[in-house]
Amino acid sequence: MKLLLSAGRVIDPVNKINAVLDILIENGKIVKVAKDIKEKNAKVVDLKGKVVVPGLIDMHVHLREPGFEYKENIASGVRSAVAGGFTSVACMPNTEPVMDNTAVVEYVISKGKKANLANVYPIAAVSKGAKGEEISDIGMLLKSGAVALTDDAAPLMNAEVMRRAFEYIKQFKAPIITHCEDKNMTLDGVMNESFNSTVLGLRGMASVAESFMVYRNIAIANYMGAAVHIAHVSCKESVEVIRWAKKQKMPVTAETAPHYFTLTDDEVKTYDTNTKMNPPLRGAEDVKAIKAGLKDGTLDCIASDHAPHGRIDKELEYNYAAFGIVGLETMVALTLTELVDKKILTLEQFVEKLSVMPAKILGLNKGSLSVGADADITVLDLEKEYKVDISKFESKSKNSPFNGRAVKGAAYMTIVGGEIKMKEGEIL
Amino acid sequence: MGLKRRHLIGLEDATHEEIETYLNTAESFKTIFDRKIKKVPALRGRTVVNLFFENSTRTRTSFELAAKRLSADVINFSVSTSSVAKGETLIDTARTIEALESDMIVVRHSCSGVPLLLSKTLKSGIVNAGDGMHEHPTQGLLDLFTIREKKKKIKGLKIVMVGDIAHSRVARSNIYGMTKMGADLTLVAPPTLLPKDIDKLGVKVSHDLRDAVKGADVVYMLRIQLERQKRNLFPSIREFSVLYGMDEEKLKLANKGALVMHPGPMNRGVEISSEVADSEQSVINEQVTNGIAVRMAVLYLLAGGETNEIATLSGQGN
Repeated sequence: MKLLLSAGRVIDPVNKINAVLDILIENGKIVKVAKDIKEKNAKVVDLKGKVVVPGLIDMHVHLREPGFEYKENIASGVRSAVAGGFTSVACMPNTEPVMDNTAVVEYVISKGKKANLANVYPIAAVSKGAKGEEISDIGMLLKSGAVALTDDAAPLMNAEVMRRAFEYIKQFKAPIITHCEDKNMTLDGVMNESFNSTVLGLRGMASVAESFMVYRNIAIANYMGAAVHIAHVSCKESVEVIRWAKKQKMPVTAETAPHYFTLTDDEVKTYDTNTKMNPPLRGAEDVKAIKAGLKDGTLDCIASDHAPHGRIDKELEYNYAAFGIVGLETMVALTLTELVDKKILTLEQFVEKLSVMPAKILGLNKGSLSVGADADITVLDLEKEYKVDISKFESKSKNSPFNGRAVKGAAYMTIVGGEIKMKEGEIL
Repeated sequence: MGLKRRHLIGLEDATHEEIETYLNTAESFKTIFDRKIKKVPALRGRTVVNLFFENSTRTRTSFELAAKRLSADVINFSVSTSSVAKGETLIDTARTIEALESDMIVVRHSCSGVPLLLSKTLKSGIVNAGDGMHEHPTQGLLDLFTIREKKKKIKGLKIVMVGDIAHSRVARSNIYGMTKMGADLTLVAPPTLLPKDIDKLGVKVSHDLRDAVKGADVVYMLRIQLERQKRNLFPSIREFSVLYGMDEEKLKLANKGALVMHPGPMNRGVEISSEVADSEQSVINEQVTNGIAVRMAVLYLLAGGETNEIATLSGQGN
């Protein structure tokens, strides 16, 4: 079965392509990228006026399976992914049981294959039981298919454990993804510590509790010569630390999430629990710094931190509500609207942040439209203007603060391994 | 004079004029207290639910008495376990309560924001009886009422508020109320008990009680939760008491006849010495009595009542 993507504007930063071209796909691989390809036996898809990019990769999602299937399962999570334009997702280990053993890693991979929509790459817990006391079976976890290790489920407070994790993982060439938060400082905190937390009477989480852990983790990784990836950077000081570390050539990469460049903690004023996430929404200065960090390359990628929760988790007192929002189906639109349309990022940078860099960091052979590469391709419609509607989400959960928000730009088509999995919002 | 609002969530968005209306209405209701029959038929046939997620006998009793003196039917509903523990959402719990056909719900909760969330979801009028560290608007109003009653004005008075500002809903409501009414307000506390950027609310901040209390017309002491010490918000009860407790010697630095106030319950010997609490200058018990009149005014006005109709009402007796 051959597929010919015709006359879309192809943007592939790895191969320095930005031109109207055709792409021919055969047996799940890209076989030709050229002008006016003539191919009789191919199914032709007319993409005139659309933008064709390497398949988007969301390297930070929570798929909740096993354990919390009422929030999301792998099947619904990958539906949400392809609906949002993602050909691959990397999922976090705070499941029940925790993904700290090969059985859960293999289970997640097999569920992902069975769902047969987006590729699913597990990220395993760096410590046993995500307790932060003993490092997990890092070698076996990587062998069984985990692409990275993380303390996202529970930040590693003990610096000695962090050191040993970085020291040990060096032999395997995989990164550790860290959620930077000093839990002692943020105890019982539910929002950014700011004038707003004062007025709202909600306990704050100071941004310094994030930024100095960013420094700590980079310093330890650098000392050990191992790669560290900083998850969901939310504040100005963290951006500054990472910028400095990169200037020193330290082995660090970093991501942020769309809500950190779109919203401030002013949103919390309604006590809407869909404004509660960790790290919390910060101030206007932080939003500005995040945008600058994305623009100058300090922040390598954008990931959604897709965190589905049910009504029982969210229709509660602000203090008791769960942290997190869904993001797979709003990330492309928010990034195009807030960053590309406003000329903060070029389309090439958009592709770097959402495909090239996540692939590179996780060691996936993806992120380009090179001949011979897997035919994971996302087609964007930059002109589509609409309002976010949570009732149309494929995710099982609807916990988004963006319901009703006007956006411009959407995923038009998602192609995984040469098969069209989503077209104009419809999953095939 | 009446109000345009159905809910009282806080004093943050109250206007000077609204606060005057509450206070004037409370003044009218207070005249009933000297009568043999302390009751008016203002809310006859209406149902007020006291929905208390957090135990508070004082505030609940005050609201209950206020509603009864307005001839409303009153239901007390205590929810001791959280909604989550019961397997339902907060909204589920609130809808169940509203199914009792309440007209007004008086809500107390240990979490900030619950009254606002309920006001957006339920049809009943919502009165905030204290939410987390957010607001306690009827306490703020009764404090303003007490000050105005004793000092005949609020504008231009020098007020010092002392103690755990950070965790206090009473402090927040009073900051809004006092500054809107034109008082000169200074907050006195160690930096660990002051929330971030509090000075943006139009108050002065001091860490020196002796200095701050000089020339004060009102000294407002806040309750300190003794368990805050465990989180290192102050080093010891003793040090807190020495630096930030009100005693006779420090009180002498205030203006002659300065009022001493406290929202209760007091920690005698910690934030306030017994001599000060029991002195002539203390109006702590009057605050409690005034609380009933103010809560009557709040319930009455939110139910759509007009201040100038009270005279007619009280004439009818009952």
